[in-house]
Amino acid sequence: MSDKTTNPIAFVAKGTIPPAPPPASQAGVVKWVRDNLFSSVPNGVLTLVALAVIYLLLQKTVPWLVNGVWTTSSLNECREVLDGRVGACFSVLTERWHQLLYGFKYPADQYWRPNLALVLLLVAAAPVLFFDLPRKLLIFTGLYPFIAFWLIWGGTIMAPIVALVGFVAAGAVFQIYGRGSFALGFFGGIATALIVWTLGGMLIPEGASDNAMLQAVPSRDLGGFMLNLMLGVTCVSLSLPLGIALALGRQSDMPLIKWICVVFIEFVRGVPLITLLFVASVMLAYFFPPDATVDLFLRVVIMITLFSAAYIAEVIRGGLAALPKGQYEAADSLGLDYPQAMRLIILPQALKISIPGIVNVAVGLFKDTTLVSVISMFDLVGMIRGPILASTEWNGVYWELLGFAAFLFFIVCYGISQYSQWLERRLATDHR
Amino acid sequence: MTGTSQMQVSDEVAITIDGMNKWYGSFHVLRDINLTVYQGERIVICGPSGSGKSTLIRCINALEEHQQGTITVDGTLLSSDLKNVDKIRSEVGMCFQHFNLFPHLTILENCTLAPIWVRKTPKKEAEERAMHFLEKVKIPDQANKYPGQLSGGQQQRVAIARSLCMMPRIMLFDEPTSALDPEMIKEVLDTMIELAEEGMTMLCVTHEMGFARQVANRVIFMDAGQIVEQNEPEAFFNNPQSERTQLFLSQILGH
Repeated sequence: MSDKTTNPIAFVAKGTIPPAPPPASQAGVVKWVRDNLFSSVPNGVLTLVALAVIYLLLQKTVPWLVNGVWTTSSLNECREVLDGRVGACFSVLTERWHQLLYGFKYPADQYWRPNLALVLLLVAAAPVLFFDLPRKLLIFTGLYPFIAFWLIWGGTIMAPIVALVGFVAAGAVFQIYGRGSFALGFFGGIATALIVWTLGGMLIPEGASDNAMLQAVPSRDLGGFMLNLMLGVTCVSLSLPLGIALALGRQSDMPLIKWICVVFIEFVRGVPLITLLFVASVMLAYFFPPDATVDLFLRVVIMITLFSAAYIAEVIRGGLAALPKGQYEAADSLGLDYPQAMRLIILPQALKISIPGIVNVAVGLFKDTTLVSVISMFDLVGMIRGPILASTEWNGVYWELLGFAAFLFFIVCYGISQYSQWLERRLATDHR
Repeated sequence: MTGTSQMQVSDEVAITIDGMNKWYGSFHVLRDINLTVYQGERIVICGPSGSGKSTLIRCINALEEHQQGTITVDGTLLSSDLKNVDKIRSEVGMCFQHFNLFPHLTILENCTLAPIWVRKTPKKEAEERAMHFLEKVKIPDQANKYPGQLSGGQQQRVAIARSLCMMPRIMLFDEPTSALDPEMIKEVLDTMIELAEEGMTMLCVTHEMGFARQVANRVIFMDAGQIVEQNEPEAFFNNPQSERTQLFLSQILGH
């Protein structure tokens, strides 16, 4: 070791260096532009090309949007007003908005009913989506399907009440007998509901819907974006529980249940949705008694629900498979029975893992509701392709109408996607 | 703490295993196991890996099924009857090598879940009891954290507290310290020693021979699915009879 006085490592600071701002080329906008846009020659070239493309796009679309005409009553009038300039003909939206949103047969003086149902939907969905809200709100969520049914379809209030009583009776039977034997409670509940509905159906007088408080609107009169929303919300909320049941059934130790679930899932996943929809609209009638008329809306809901339940089941199976075996063993060793272990330990974790996949299916399902236009239901796309584009006034207005449809779907789907990301962050407990 | 091994062993039988055999497919994992455990006994089971020691204690609370022979826990015969299985599981606590805490629940919720849902204990009472046991394992201040925020040793102590909240009469430990860093092993072993001093009936699969000497009143050596030798710890370590035991001890204590 060298002498202390000549030690080249020794150092003592002579004073405090005052803080100074960074050089201009290393801070703020200049630095950002240099780092991100012109960090090398190829990147600089790419930036310039991208700017040129953006300019070309805006050059075409901005005048089209800005010059848009909103107040004419046909495409020809639009062309006259525009007089050769580039411009959109948004008048079709202002003139036909009610058809786009509600279909062309829903009575115009009753539009407040679906509107109110939509507002109540947000209230009913809130406690499910945001579970920090008080749990008592779930009572309203449970009542909502019946309220919404009455609002949208109208007719006698007895129908939704009988339906509700049937569900409540079935639930009560399941509570009482399900404790002793699950099968007894389950099938007893179904039988009770069927009895209540049959008796209730007989109690409702023949013409009860004719002069009811809310004018009755048959399913074939529903349409527009309202129909897409109704199908989407109903099918997503029905297919999630069904998908969970199928996923658990596929893992069951009982061969019969397991094989029913496997065959169902594999069959449904192997068939195009459009086929199932044609079955719903045409062939399903063969399976019901000759005099029974099952509503077309209900038939379509059943088919879409079954279809997406199969996909959701596979997504959830992935989540179940991702859980370590130790979680099942820990739940078992504490003496939790199967329903408790599933509800409290396994499913909360498996569903959390499955959120991105489930949302993927839900978004896909919602957009697939436009397929009902091929079985002559007039949803948003069906309205555009059918009554509106076929009319002499608006024949040829494609960009505005389809762009509007895309815009509506985008808002809803983007909202679902943002919600799921919030949910994932909210539930992240394992590594923070 | 010396003299633990003379404490509180009663002649009340806690577990009887009689002529038990188990196969995985055609592989004979457990061969003719006969074992009687008395209330208050502390048994350490050791042996080379693959000798069936974990499988043996997992059979006691029916995490594994046995194909032949009988297991009786606290007078309840372990059969395929789910009611008996649930009854035994709620009386037998278990700690795993990898803790198996529920990562989506807080520490407190981990501890109160089973008492609330299985024993139907009121929430407030369950929480009080959970805090009592968390204090006992010396981590009451972590009660509202999630398992992922705790160290391995802390997680294993929570797992012990979680089992204790069910007020078990018997505790099973499946290599509770094997997944831990050396400095965390001590805190878990201290907790287990404290438990032993209070007279808990314990079956513990472990390689911690110091723990076996200090706490156990019986050491069981297993090899190839068989109980090869069992004895009091003094005699077991100082004067092993079987050749296989001698070999095992020379390897495990050799360094």
